[in-house]
Amino acid sequence: MSSTFDTIANIIAETCDIPRESIKPESHAINDLGIDSLDFLDIAFAIDKAFGIKLPLEQWTQEVNDGKATTDQYFVLKNLAARIDELVAAKGT
Amino acid sequence: MRIEYFQLIDQIVELDLDDRKIRTEATVPTTSTIFEGHFPGYPLMPGVLLIEAMAQSSGWLVVAATRFERMPFLAAVKEAKLRSFVTPGQTLSITAELQHEGSGYAITDARIASMGKAICDATLTFSVMPFPSAEMNKRMRETAERIGFPMEALADG
Repeated sequence: MSSTFDTIANIIAETCDIPRESIKPESHAINDLGIDSLDFLDIAFAIDKAFGIKLPLEQWTQEVNDGKATTDQYFVLKNLAARIDELVAAKGT
Repeated sequence: MRIEYFQLIDQIVELDLDDRKIRTEATVPTTSTIFEGHFPGYPLMPGVLLIEAMAQSSGWLVVAATRFERMPFLAAVKEAKLRSFVTPGQTLSITAELQHEGSGYAITDARIASMGKAICDATLTFSVMPFPSAEMNKRMRETAERIGFPMEALADG
């Protein structure tokens, strides 16, 4: 069974035509991989479907805009994977 | 349909929030300045406006799903296929299904048929955000009333 990181890395590689080997757990989706907001909608859709969750993008954006969080917390892929795992775990409770 | 005003939907025929579907109708006008250029001597409804008609129908579905609290803005058009010509006076049946309602975005599958014949279809992505102004929300509600938006459908869900 592939890890959460592998799943989202594969989604990003396929959606944005980025070489899979250049996508690392430390990669920042926006700053390092250059994914824009429209492409991220495609990624969010694929993640929502793959994990049966609803990424709270609006809440995350608000937190970043309010200075309560940094983009690293949500868009560095290992952190994104951790957030997804939390959402999947919360779904099962 | 008042093409020049981008009023591409005449009527909401059916809105089912349980099944997340909408069906609308629109009749292409017999005359329009658009047909003077598209095309001289051979008037055809522009394909981009057929896509817009699918987007507007989808948009009403998203507005309904969010109880008039959010406004969808067209962000992406995928797998658009324009299968048949549409000529002045033709009546269109437009359907859209909400495929996914994400956080701040929505995806619909939409299609148009006329007299049982497939006209076009596409998968549409929308950015969904709070109404930019109260005035816009008010105007949307007025338009909704004009095209027969079934407000009672919002009470059921």
